[in-house]
Amino acid sequence: MDAAGIHQRLKARFEASVGDCDLAAKNPFIRIEPSAIVDVCRMLRDEPDLRFDSLSNQSGVDYKANDVIEVVYHLYSYPHRHAIVLKAAVPRDNPRLPTVEGVWKAANWLEREIFDLLGVEFEGHSDLRRLLMPEDWVGYPLRKDFVEPEEYHGISTRRESLLR
Amino acid sequence: MSLTGFEVEVQRNGKTGLSTEEMTLNMGPQHPSTHGVLRFVVKADGEVMREAIPDIGYLHRSIEKISEKVGYHGFMPYTDRVDYVAAMFCNQGWGMVCEQLAGIEVPKRGEYCRVIAAEMNRLASHLLSVGTMVLDIGAITPFFHAFREREKLNDLLEELCGARLTYNYMRIGGVAWDLPPGFAERTLAFLDAFEPCLEEYHDLVTSNKIYVERVANVAVIPPDVAVNYNLVGPNLRGSGVDYDVRRDEPYSVYPELEFDVPVARGELGTLGDCFDRYIVRMREMSESCRILRQCFKQIPDGPVIAKVPRKFKPPAGEAYIRVESARGDMGWYCVSDGSEFPYRTHVRTGSFSAMSIIDWVSPGLMLADLVAVIASLDIVAPEVDR
Amino acid sequence: MQGFLDSLIAQGYFAGIPRDLVYLGGMLAFGLLVVLVFVLNVAGVTTFVERRVWARIQNRVGPNRVGPQGILQWLADGVKLVMKEDIVPTQADQILFRIAPYLVIVGFITTFVVIPFGSRLVIADMNVGLVYITAATSIVVVGILMAGWASNNKWSLLGGIRSAAQIVSYEIPAGLSVMPIVLLTGTLSFQGVISQQGWAPPDWFIFNNPFNFVAFFIFFTAALAEGNRTPFDLPEAESELVAGYVTEYSGVRYLIFFMAEWGNLYVIGALATTLFLGGWNAPPVTDNPVLRAVLEFVTFFVKSYFFALVAMWIRATLPRVRVDQLMSICWKYLVPMSFVNLLGVALWMVIFPNGARVVQYLMTLGGAALVVLFFRRVVQHWRRQRIRERGELYLSPLV
Repeated sequence: MDAAGIHQRLKARFEASVGDCDLAAKNPFIRIEPSAIVDVCRMLRDEPDLRFDSLSNQSGVDYKANDVIEVVYHLYSYPHRHAIVLKAAVPRDNPRLPTVEGVWKAANWLEREIFDLLGVEFEGHSDLRRLLMPEDWVGYPLRKDFVEPEEYHGISTRRESLLR
Repeated sequence: MSLTGFEVEVQRNGKTGLSTEEMTLNMGPQHPSTHGVLRFVVKADGEVMREAIPDIGYLHRSIEKISEKVGYHGFMPYTDRVDYVAAMFCNQGWGMVCEQLAGIEVPKRGEYCRVIAAEMNRLASHLLSVGTMVLDIGAITPFFHAFREREKLNDLLEELCGARLTYNYMRIGGVAWDLPPGFAERTLAFLDAFEPCLEEYHDLVTSNKIYVERVANVAVIPPDVAVNYNLVGPNLRGSGVDYDVRRDEPYSVYPELEFDVPVARGELGTLGDCFDRYIVRMREMSESCRILRQCFKQIPDGPVIAKVPRKFKPPAGEAYIRVESARGDMGWYCVSDGSEFPYRTHVRTGSFSAMSIIDWVSPGLMLADLVAVIASLDIVAPEVDR
Repeated sequence: MQGFLDSLIAQGYFAGIPRDLVYLGGMLAFGLLVVLVFVLNVAGVTTFVERRVWARIQNRVGPNRVGPQGILQWLADGVKLVMKEDIVPTQADQILFRIAPYLVIVGFITTFVVIPFGSRLVIADMNVGLVYITAATSIVVVGILMAGWASNNKWSLLGGIRSAAQIVSYEIPAGLSVMPIVLLTGTLSFQGVISQQGWAPPDWFIFNNPFNFVAFFIFFTAALAEGNRTPFDLPEAESELVAGYVTEYSGVRYLIFFMAEWGNLYVIGALATTLFLGGWNAPPVTDNPVLRAVLEFVTFFVKSYFFALVAMWIRATLPRVRVDQLMSICWKYLVPMSFVNLLGVALWMVIFPNGARVVQYLMTLGGAALVVLFFRRVVQHWRRQRIRERGELYLSPLV
């Protein structure tokens, strides 16, 4: 099924929560309201002719200019061999989003990574703590306004430029 | 499962009598398995594990943030370090995602060179994976046999691009250099000598009763769990799901090549155990040899790289491509804002998903099995942490 | 030994000294001689031989720099380890940590008291030799447990416990599989067992009856497990436990542990030779006592060391068995098989009270056939490799 068809199915089921679909992009994406993301994903996984049974990728992108953080879901279906991209935008100053861990277990670590590096909190996550950075790290490194701290546990992060 | 912090509690059984408490063991970031810096906090009741919680991040080098500083061309060497064992695939992934962003088409000979380099790297990576798996199980000799062949592959790849491990061979738009003269003959001679080695390896390892007892029926991952946790590549095919990005979502010149995709059938144990993942890798090596022979026969003449501007400024947009790396399908996601630096890069690697399933698969395994599981899932630490 | 001392006393050498003291002094002197000249050196050389044998099996070279073909590598390693800093972790149990290596090496060295190198070359031919060996090797368990516990390291503890369970379990098939020999010979003393065998293969106990043949393999497997050798080397599994119970040891203490382990290889071979392969029995070529003693010693050494080489070969080839599989091999397979063997030999002795020469010759032929088949396979493999023309490091053992 192509992206337009999937968009129609979603619109028919969740009218208000499904935004527009950018068909011109190389990987067509559908914007979804953050509050409805879990139901949308569950429907996409369980509908027999959609059967998106694998969450291929989940990334967070920090759009500082628009003041949102977008969480991008790349879904793939092994039975039907089709793919779709979902995007959920959350405000930058309070990035909260329901977790899709109940739908695909792969989201467990992917969401932990987004939480760790971008600060998006996933409500309902079973174990939301930092994954890649140390537990006592302060700040969210992938944000555009992240400033590296001067030192970490006594190790200085400043280094003289090697180019004189 | 929530542990606040990772305090390693020393639990001593101070009472007389047979009350057994759980031991919390730390399989620390430094340990003699060669899979990189990974840490597991293992709660064990004697030999049987209750859970093994992975703790990653020791090799986190913020490669994704670095891409935002060094630009599209400059990021290519960094992609080698995302997975240094199968670096060609990372190069290919980054090249492909940039080409999709800018709509560049790679010339045919460039694509063939990419596939040749990638399949040779797949051979080298699987040799390392299988060799270290057997080493972790305890047999020390097949490891050296695997590495003997890997050395020859590394020599060939060094001839091709100058490096044995972090190749930096591909560029946006193709590959950096053409195949050296005589490369095809030397590689085919290597393949002729290599295929009997695979039989020798099967004799030594696959039919070894002790080895089979160690890996069969261990850490069974059923297909639906594998798909749910987004296991990819040989791990997924080892659980019985017949899927390969090269065949099902073909890219590059794979549509013109004929190859089978080995899927495990649960022989010698349950479907989805460690032995199945191992045997899928062994069979994939034979398939790679087949692909390589076809490539050398079919490769056309022509340029190896498309014309790509020095200051590479793809139009604003985003692209997501998947490459079938040695460890599974590697998803490269790149958002471009029209400037010459990527706005956001994200790699979702096969080892990342494989690490996340260890938590699910470990209860009930023994400590000795944990090593077998990590080795059979073919986890390399740089891929997990980036 | 005793006879030799008696003849010296008769010639008037130790006049005035009580007889028992002479015996004691003689045993101590000979024991010291054996330990210093033979045991420690064999343990050391075995470390070098093992590394070289492994390397050649693995298509590598191995140590070949120190001395001609690297023969003095073990000396260099020994000197290096002796010169290392003696690290005792502060949280470790100070006394037990220091004592543990000594217990292990005592358990190993005391087995040499009864091992006969020749018809008169034995420190003390006890009439309970077999039981003594079993008891002496059990001291090693205490040492290993001490090492695992005193290191204050959970992984060492795991390694120590695994090892203790393994050694204690495999004592049983090791002992039981030797019982057929005791039944046949009616004596527990090693010299007694050897003197009832002859120098020709049909006279060896391994070819005496089919149950003995099986018993030999059970014994060899159990002895490998006792010595913590692959495929039973889980206590020292490198990929899991770093180095198991010896993780925290460095320097001389480490040296002691490993001398004990590699010397144990030789003891395994010596026991197998004594009990099953005819011991020091050599063809009656010469009458000169000195030459005879040398011939017997060389025969015994060659046979024992052959088994040490086989153990090294097995270690280089086979993977490790997991702990529960190890236990099930011992209790579910080896122990019942040993009991069946014992019954079988008892039945054999009832049916053939004087032994069956025909069966002995048949079994010898069978053993020879196995050896020939093995060499045929080796030659076949060698020829296949020549055809593949990959002659790089393959053919020359001395590189």
